[in-house]
Amino acid sequence: MIRFILRRLLQVIPVFLGTTLLVYYMVFALPGDPIAALFGDRQPPQAVIDTLRSQYHLDQPFWVQYGLFLKNLFTFNLGNDFTGQPIAASLARVFPVTAMLAIEALAIQAIFGVAFGVFAGLRRGGWFDSTVLVASLVVIAVPTFVLGFVFQLVFGVQLGWAKPTVGANANWGTLLLPAIVLGLVSFAYVLRLTRASVSENMNADYVRTATAKGLSRPRVVLAHILRNSLIPVVTYLGANLGGLMGGAIVTEGIFNVPGVGNKLYQAVLRSEGPTIVSIVSVLVLVFVVANLLVDLLYAWLDPRIRYDQ
Amino acid sequence: MTSNNSHFVAPIEETPLQATDAVKTDQAPLSLWADAWRKLRRRPLFIISALLILALIVIALFPGLFTSTPPNEGCELGNSEGAPTAGHPFGFTFQGCDVYSRVIHGTQASLSVGLLSVLCVLVIGVTIGAIAGYYGGWIDAVLARLGDIFFALPLVLAALVITQLPLFRENKSVWTVVFVISLLAWPQMARITRGAVIEVRNSDFVTAARSLGVSKFGALIRHVLPNALAPIIVLATLELGVFIVAEATLSFLGIGLPQSIMSWGNDIAGAQASIRTRPEIMLYPAAALSITVLSFIMLGDAVRDALDPKSRQR
Repeated sequence: MIRFILRRLLQVIPVFLGTTLLVYYMVFALPGDPIAALFGDRQPPQAVIDTLRSQYHLDQPFWVQYGLFLKNLFTFNLGNDFTGQPIAASLARVFPVTAMLAIEALAIQAIFGVAFGVFAGLRRGGWFDSTVLVASLVVIAVPTFVLGFVFQLVFGVQLGWAKPTVGANANWGTLLLPAIVLGLVSFAYVLRLTRASVSENMNADYVRTATAKGLSRPRVVLAHILRNSLIPVVTYLGANLGGLMGGAIVTEGIFNVPGVGNKLYQAVLRSEGPTIVSIVSVLVLVFVVANLLVDLLYAWLDPRIRYDQ
Repeated sequence: MTSNNSHFVAPIEETPLQATDAVKTDQAPLSLWADAWRKLRRRPLFIISALLILALIVIALFPGLFTSTPPNEGCELGNSEGAPTAGHPFGFTFQGCDVYSRVIHGTQASLSVGLLSVLCVLVIGVTIGAIAGYYGGWIDAVLARLGDIFFALPLVLAALVITQLPLFRENKSVWTVVFVISLLAWPQMARITRGAVIEVRNSDFVTAARSLGVSKFGALIRHVLPNALAPIIVLATLELGVFIVAEATLSFLGIGLPQSIMSWGNDIAGAQASIRTRPEIMLYPAAALSITVLSFIMLGDAVRDALDPKSRQR
């Protein structure tokens, strides 16, 4: 178990280095001078420009800049962005908001997706199954941003059930509407995965055994069918958490959520290399840790799985 | 392995059961593909989606057949957000252009982004996945890590940065969007291919081909890959829909197709201004997009069912 975790963490290192290097290089190649952009249409003295450039190491070659970034990252000192704000502080402001949004969306898709999927899978071909299947296809086919606008218009503006935009006061309640929009597409995938997996497992021999030895139907469904059907679903959910955090740019834009997506969008427009790469590093870490947790969950779901051969 | 193993028939002169044998020995057994095709032809889901896709392709190739209104000329600000009139069944956009004509003319860009991206992803993903799965060892490990690097990057983020690069900033086109999507989507295809190739590579017929003197690479091309195609084709049909949505998302954010190219994504983005007053303007291109994506998902579902050996026994 410990060896498995260590081996997985060792595999993370090249992926982490590769991703940050790729993003850092692309940001390095972005046109425009961020220092000149700081001053707008005024022309600062050359000495000021030189000082600022050396302060942010912009006068160094690419490899030195990347090395300094890595060094800073491992000493937990992310430095300042080009407006002089500490990057760590602004990340601490935006990440909790997006994490709340992503966790709420993940919870919605996991709970409703698995519940609907189990009911549909148990009675395959029934009216509930057919309805849910068609509905899930429609949800997959409509792009998130169209759903976002429609939900905002209907539930936010016309019915007034929720606030149309989130703004500064982001909490579980105000984030509910954007979380539903963010989670809907993956909800459809979770539902279809669960349904397929449940309907495949419900005729397995161990299910017949469990029924034959007199277990109640809920116990057979929850402890035997569902538990054995969850592995593909959990795999999908784990891979999806990273996508939810990084892919929330559209949803955050529509509902004006002050989260990672908004921050990233502004940072790219301002060519703020250090901010972009810091955000990406955290996102990659989230992605990797979520996938590791999923791998560890496998053993709990299916005790036959052993990590050390 | 399906077609070669499951239809094994003992040599005729050796079996006394020839008369009662259910398998017709004078006829070549149906291959996986012929069997799937026979199944598909009878599925209403497949027929509907195939007809829809055919119609979309005709619209994309010959938009002039369906509307005589030019999409960009004749836009009058006086018609801004105008209601439908004779000859303009869907009304007018914020800029006073004909919505129906723009939806028809937008088909081409959206479909070509989807098709070209799937082609690129197939070329890159199948090559890398097949090499990784077939040769294994350190090649597999290196290619898997390479795939992880691109897999961990969120699409929108990478697209934001890539489209700002000097190379793409000045001359954005359909190819820019195809490049971004393919760059980030190939690892998925590579993983599926790798799994399918690993499943097939140790089959008896591959060993047989190798012992008959077929080179290792020749066996991969002629025996392993054709038998690993099923999951690849299913994923490709599903991803076509996903890529069309991705193009719309990028265009919506202003980092996809340039404004000069008509696409459903650009139309939806342009309709934002009218969402509170005339939401229909957004709903028409969005509906066109959803119908397209739906057709490809249904096609993928039907093909998967037809190719799945488990479902044929029922």
